[in-house]
Amino acid sequence: MPLQKSETLMVAAAVAIGLAGLMSPSWLIFLTTLAVAKALVVLGVVMLMRSGLVSFGQGLFFCIGGYAVGMGGRFWGIQDALVLILTGVVASTAIAMILGLLLTRYREIFFAMLTMAFSMILFGVLVKSHNLGSTDGFSVMEWSLFGWIPQSGMGVFWLTLAIGLLIALFLNRFFQSSIGLACEAIRENEVRVEYMGISRRQVLYINYVLAAAIGAMGGSLTALAAGHVDPEMAYWTISGEFVFIALLGGTGHVAAAFIASMIFALVRTYAVEFLPNSWQMILGIVLLLIILFLPKGIWSLFRRSRRATT
Amino acid sequence: MLTVWAILIDGFIYASWLFLVAAGLTVIYGVMRILNMAHGSLYALGAYAAASAIGWYYAGGGSQLWLAFAILAGCALAIGALSGLLIERGILRLMYGRDEILMLIVTFAILLILEDAMKLLWGTTPYYAWQPYAAMGRVDIDVLTVSGYDIMVLCLSIAIGLGLWFWLERTNLGKILRSIIHDREVSEAMGVNVRRMFTITFMVGATLGAVAGGITAPIISVVPGIGIEVIVLAFAVVVTGGLGSITGAAAGAIIVGLARATSIHTMPQFELFIIYAVMAAVLIFRPNGLFGQATARKI
Repeated sequence: MPLQKSETLMVAAAVAIGLAGLMSPSWLIFLTTLAVAKALVVLGVVMLMRSGLVSFGQGLFFCIGGYAVGMGGRFWGIQDALVLILTGVVASTAIAMILGLLLTRYREIFFAMLTMAFSMILFGVLVKSHNLGSTDGFSVMEWSLFGWIPQSGMGVFWLTLAIGLLIALFLNRFFQSSIGLACEAIRENEVRVEYMGISRRQVLYINYVLAAAIGAMGGSLTALAAGHVDPEMAYWTISGEFVFIALLGGTGHVAAAFIASMIFALVRTYAVEFLPNSWQMILGIVLLLIILFLPKGIWSLFRRSRRATT
Repeated sequence: MLTVWAILIDGFIYASWLFLVAAGLTVIYGVMRILNMAHGSLYALGAYAAASAIGWYYAGGGSQLWLAFAILAGCALAIGALSGLLIERGILRLMYGRDEILMLIVTFAILLILEDAMKLLWGTTPYYAWQPYAAMGRVDIDVLTVSGYDIMVLCLSIAIGLGLWFWLERTNLGKILRSIIHDREVSEAMGVNVRRMFTITFMVGATLGAVAGGITAPIISVVPGIGIEVIVLAFAVVVTGGLGSITGAAAGAIIVGLARATSIHTMPQFELFIIYAVMAAVLIFRPNGLFGQATARKI
């Protein structure tokens, strides 16, 4: 399977970022790690958006992934990072397989509201779970990767980059596969999709479960990097943030989610420092401007300029 | 038996508050097909306006309860109508005709803007307006004590519900609004100025949200973030009852209110859980809510 041009670029970008990490300050490495981990959850939102659904509850899987890592280390003595991540993915997939049966029957705001309700249910349960630290959450135990215990943030940085790259390559192919294309067709007109002999519920179901699994990876990596989990991960404003980043990037290409997530992280870091009480206002205004002038996200900027040059 | 009475009283008081908060949301959705995420922020705006005005009134030596209520109502009405007008004319007007789901994200952006606007205007220190609540005293029902203020909220909620029903079902303006709910294009063809009706509806909905906030201000401490907590509750209520239906909002408020009261008195650890579980359960069996109408499929 030869790499496509954009895939080669993504591999090159990941390697370059990984090497650049060797001479970057640790705050930038931490920020990039979190941005890439978050971009994975955003990719889940983007996948759903491609099929015309907006989820205001992707924080559910973000939180499950994070808590699986935390609980795996604390209660079940799992130390290996990959096994911890796998725990989160399995838990998330199992829950998504049940919820998906229900959620694929809903569209538009009902889908948005129901996904939000489910993530708020998890939030409500976690807030009342005292042995899981209630609203404070708890810290993640020390972890290892094939027996190697990373001493600085570099370990989780490279791990996140590697997983991010693999997921990006996989999703790039998925978007071009028949199921991935059927998702876009469902957004345009789902009744016609049924006429063509494709089961829309099956397509939406697979898409939803896959988005959940990838969201859990993002949550797991965030927990490994931040070393702490709390119920806030399932709160609906976090899910709103994912929707924001997804809209910022647009559904044009996998890489857009990573770029948007990085822009978001940088803007937020500086905005919180200089304008602590009005950075949300800036976010809101930017969101309105995107909806008005860049309905397909920042990726459409690249597209337009490329068309202009050729 | 005592627990049952306590559940019923608490449940209905909570339900009346939920209805106050949710009524504006359902009015706006019913007519405009916009699920207004910024509704919680309008509630917070009303709460801030009322709390600072009442604080100012009592700090100035005022002690008349009725005057305090007049100030509270005046502030909430004014800020609700004004912000409703500004939001509709300034932002929503530019976005009409887009997907319902995109409008949801637009109102999410408005929520983000309003949350910080309030922080800039009122700072992050809490505001208190407990005086009217304390002045209303308490009422004894057998062995249970209920605050007079809560009973007033209950009455006000019923009054607003009846008022809305009368407005939509018995007045000329209500008839026009119902025609827009049924078919926007046909009513436009019949000469209805839909845009003006949208402005009026949004102002009424926003004012209802602000009034709910103003009424709540004496019960709570007004801090940043109260709007964000309230909006998900209001969503749960209107989605349970059926979006866009006043009766539905009332039914949803009673169901959610009683469910929460039952949970608090019997198994307090499930308080937050139960509200959303009720909503999810209703939606599983009636996808459009209890009083919602199914819409035609697009081909």
